[in-house]
Formats: sequence, structure tokens, C-alpha cells
Amino acid sequence: MNALRIALKTLSRRRIRTAFTVGGVAVAVAVLISLLAFDVGYQDALRSDIDRMGYQVLVTAKGCPYEAATLMLKGGGGLRYMDEDVYEKIVQDERVEQVAPQLVSTVFSRDSSSGQSGISMYMGIGDSHLKLKPWMEFRAGGWFSGESADEAILGYEAAELEQRKVGDEVFISGVNSVLTVVGVFERSGTQDDGVIFMPLATAQSVFELPGKISGIGIRLEDLGDLPAFEEDLYDEPGIQVVSMAQVKGTILNLMSSARTLANSIAAIAIVVAVIGVMNTVLMSVFDRTKQIGVMKAMGASKLDIFRIVWVETTLVCLFGGAAGTVLAVAGGRIVEHVMRRMLPYAPSGHLIAFSLPLILTAVVGAVAIGLVAGLYPASRAASMRPVQAIRSSE
Amino acid sequence: MNHGRHTGPVETAGTRGAGHDRIVAAEKLTKSYELPAETVMAVNEVDLTIRSGEFVSLMGPSGSGKTTLLDVIGCLDSVSSGTLQVFGEDVSSAREDDLVRLRRGRIGFVFQEFLLLPELTALENVQLPAIFARRPIGREKAMELLQKVGLESRATHLPQELSGGERQRVAIARALATSNMLLLADEPTGNLDSKNSDAVYTTFARLNEEDKLTIVVATHDERLGSVTGRTIRLVDGTIVS
Repeated sequence: MNALRIALKTLSRRRIRTAFTVGGVAVAVAVLISLLAFDVGYQDALRSDIDRMGYQVLVTAKGCPYEAATLMLKGGGGLRYMDEDVYEKIVQDERVEQVAPQLVSTVFSRDSSSGQSGISMYMGIGDSHLKLKPWMEFRAGGWFSGESADEAILGYEAAELEQRKVGDEVFISGVNSVLTVVGVFERSGTQDDGVIFMPLATAQSVFELPGKISGIGIRLEDLGDLPAFEEDLYDEPGIQVVSMAQVKGTILNLMSSARTLANSIAAIAIVVAVIGVMNTVLMSVFDRTKQIGVMKAMGASKLDIFRIVWVETTLVCLFGGAAGTVLAVAGGRIVEHVMRRMLPYAPSGHLIAFSLPLILTAVVGAVAIGLVAGLYPASRAASMRPVQAIRSSE
Repeated sequence: MNHGRHTGPVETAGTRGAGHDRIVAAEKLTKSYELPAETVMAVNEVDLTIRSGEFVSLMGPSGSGKTTLLDVIGCLDSVSSGTLQVFGEDVSSAREDDLVRLRRGRIGFVFQEFLLLPELTALENVQLPAIFARRPIGREKAMELLQKVGLESRATHLPQELSGGERQRVAIARALATSNMLLLADEPTGNLDSKNSDAVYTTFARLNEEDKLTIVVATHDERLGSVTGRTIRLVDGTIVS
């Protein structure tokens, strides 16, 4: 029998008190792990989303660049439009490897049978779209038959949502147009999954925006040319250039205040956990004053008593850390679901990314909390004088 | 059993030579407590010698200083003035660390309230002092000690599963765990009925007779006083007989 065994037995004897204290630490650790995992996961997902857009530079009509960039990523309406001529000019630039014009529009629709309503996103694209996104494969069907065909290709989720397959028709409410589905994309894990695609010319006709586009995605031959390329485009009237690096930075900046708030909450949770653990162990020490006295009478040194109490506190935090890790991992998907509903822009991948180093850091952190929280109660116990402790009224 | 009764004048530290058999030797031993309004002399200039193998009872009314004298002899509390030697070592001015070292493995305690660790079994309670003394004892040795107090069948029971008398006998076995030479008991039968008290007396008497264990018991119980080899009576912190 040693300090560890004595501590374990003490904790197991006071099961309810131990359970509550472990629970408090577990919640704090779960919050901490979830926040750290969210921080990593969000950035990874955002990077993945941006990488999978297939282009490094986005040219849009003048307006708020942040709004434009976010809307392009998220997929939304309210975009400004620019003349198609810009595309003609950019496509001739030797530094450009691929360039894809697109016209995005959204339509609010209501399903009369189910009574449900929602926003459908439509995108007019050209042949170059698949060259920018070579990973997009067809689940069924294929490409449009012509540049202005009344045809649609559905993203994976759009097909599921609309309950459409190749050969079916898609009705665009508001503009009273009907398109025939000629293809369905495989799931890509990006916002494209929810989009209904059509030829660019068709989109211009359907949405009555002749000669207009909402954005041009550009991939350069050499990424090193990006600053000069951007510089040249700044001189073009009526457009703005947003690099995807900027988009990422902008979104992360928007997130940073939320992150600061979340981290503050985590810090408060940890402080509360430390105080909770300290209080519980201190109460336990006071409850056992006579026992500590008798252990000292039997020859236990200050260090012996200190060690027993310190190990006890550390064990509480270790168990709390382990339970918190399980809680965080088990509840990760729920937290992700809630976060996705709350955030103004949520990338399409997993927002919460757990990793072994992260979990180990959290558990080691919990043990460190135990070591700190145990110092005072352990010192109090160690400094008790045997006679006073044994004769105390506790 | 050492039944040579010494109810007459108390043998002082100076009445015999400083031989190795003197476990406790006190001269003008005083323990006082400073209270806001007064100084309480709990033990007042006590001269006392306890020899190896003696079975001594400290008797007196409440507040007479029995428990305080036991605490000081047991190195649980410091000395205010006078001299005190325990196992030949001067503890009058010893620091707490030195007192711990002296207690460890040489002095065993039995308290009125038993004070067993509730989360440990009888066997584990017996093993505990040996751990603190850095001389751990195995299950076999701990069982032997429980056998000495007639509780080998209760080894795996928690204290709350034992009667008061059984708990006190476990506490006695615990006090023996480190081959202690001095057993100090403070009102060991104070919480027990007469039947269980008898079992405790018998245990003490057997340990004193068979193992030559030196035992000092502070008690109100005249019956226990009658079975010890020597009775010291205290009144107001002073030995009166």
C-alpha cells in the first residue's frame, strides 16, 4: 500500500463528492478540448474549402470585398455583377493557367406540398469549370450538350434535396424556367454539393443578366506572379481582386473575436475547476483532520501527508481529464452541429478536429491543474500538528 | 504479567541509574498552554521514570493532565520546561522532525475513538504504520498481529463493519505493527461496554506479559488500574501518588 492506493481508497469511499468534483473538471476539460479542436478544425476546414475552390484569385464587381469573398465561399445572393469583357481580357494574360467565369444567383422557393421553404443556389459555369476543379466527378450523366442548353447538373446534396435524377426537370421558381437534369456530381465535401449548375449563357438568360458575371476564378501558372497580377488588375475599373489568402485571413480575423470570447470562457471554466477541486480536497482534509493526526502519530512525515493529499487531488484531475476527453469526443458532433448553426460562415469539412497531441495536452493540462489545486490543501494537511488534529472536534 | 504494584511514591528519573531499560525519564517536566487570560499548567513539574516491560496506568479526574502527559511522553507534543528523555534521547528541545523520527517505529498509540482509517480494511489499517516507518510489513505479518488480538477472521472487514471492541483491538494490532517498544493508550475503554473493555484489558495484559511490551494507559477505569503493574495518580497536572 502506498500514497496512490490510500488516495484511491479515499476517493472511492467518498464516491458522490468525488464524482461531482471529477464532473466539474471533466466539463472544464471538455470545453477546453472542444475549443482547441474547433480552432484547429475550423482553420483546416477553411483551408480545405479554399483549396478546393480550385483558384487562387477571385475577381468580383466592386463592393465590399469581404462580403464578396464570404458570399462566394458560402454561396449566396446579393452579389453585384460585372461585365463579361473583364473575362475576355484576363483569359489572354499569359500568366493565367485556368480561368473560370461564373454567375451566381439565388432563388427563394417554397415547396407547396411540404410547406417548407428555402434558398436554392444556381451557378452558371463554363467548360473551364471542371479544369479548375478536376476532382469533381459525375455520379450520373455528364456535361451540358451546349453552351446555352436549358440543362442543369446538380450537386450531390442538391440532387438529394430536390429528389431529382438525370432526365428529370428542375423548376426555377420566380423566373418560371425549367431545366432538364443531365448530370449529378459526386459528393465533393464543398459548397458545390448544394448548387444547381447550368451553362453560363443559360444562367444569363434565365436570370435576365445578359453579358454579366458575378465572379471570375483564376489559377495562375506560377503563384509567385500573384502580387504583380493583382497589382495589374487593381487598375481595371469596376472590379476588385480578392486573393484566397486574403479571404482566409479575413474570415479568420472575423472569427478571432469569437475565439477570444470562447477562450476566455475556457479560462474561466478552468479557474472554476481549480477552485472547485481545491475546495473539495480542502473539505476532505478538514473532514479527515483526526485521521491525519493519527497518521502523523504513527510516524507519517509532513511529506507523507502532503503526498497522500497531493496524489488524491491529482487523481481527481486525471480522472476528470480522461472523462472530459471522452465527453468532448463523444459530444463533438453535437457541438459541431450547434456551431455550424451559430456561425456566420462555417466551412464544409469537420469543424472540430481532435488529435492525439491535443488530447494528450488536455490530459496533461488537467493533471497540472491537479498539481496546482492540490498544493494548498496538501500543505494545510501536512502542517497540521498531531495533537491538535487528534483532539480536534472534527 | 508484571503485577508488582507501585502505588507508593513515584520513582523519579533520578532514583535509578540511566540504564538502557529506562524508556521514559522525566524531570520537572512541565507542559503549559498560554491562554489570553491565563497560563494553564496541564503538566506541572512531573518527575517520572518508566522502565522497559512496565505496565503503567495514569489515573486521575478529568483535566488532571493524563492525556497531556501521555502526548508529551509519546512525542506528540512539545515540552514547555524540564527535561524528558525517551529511549535515551533528549526530546525537551527536539524539533518536530526529530519527534516524528522518534515516534516512528518505536511508539504505538491507541486512542479512545479508535481512529482507524475508514477506507482501509482491518488488515490495511494494521499495515499502515509500517509504511510510514519505511518498514512495510506483508499480509502474513499483519495477519499475525490480528491473530494476537483475536481478529484474524475480521481482516478484510472495514472498520464500520466491526464492533467498538473489535475496532479497538485492531487499533492495538496497528500500534504493534512496527515492533514498537512503547504502547501508549488514552482512555482505550472509554467508548466500550464492560465486556469489550475486558477484552481490551486482557489483550494489554497478554502483550505485556508475553511480549514484554511497555504499556502506559491513561484511564478513568479503576478496573483497568487494578490490572496494571503500577498506578500513577495525577491531580491538576501533578503526580500525587
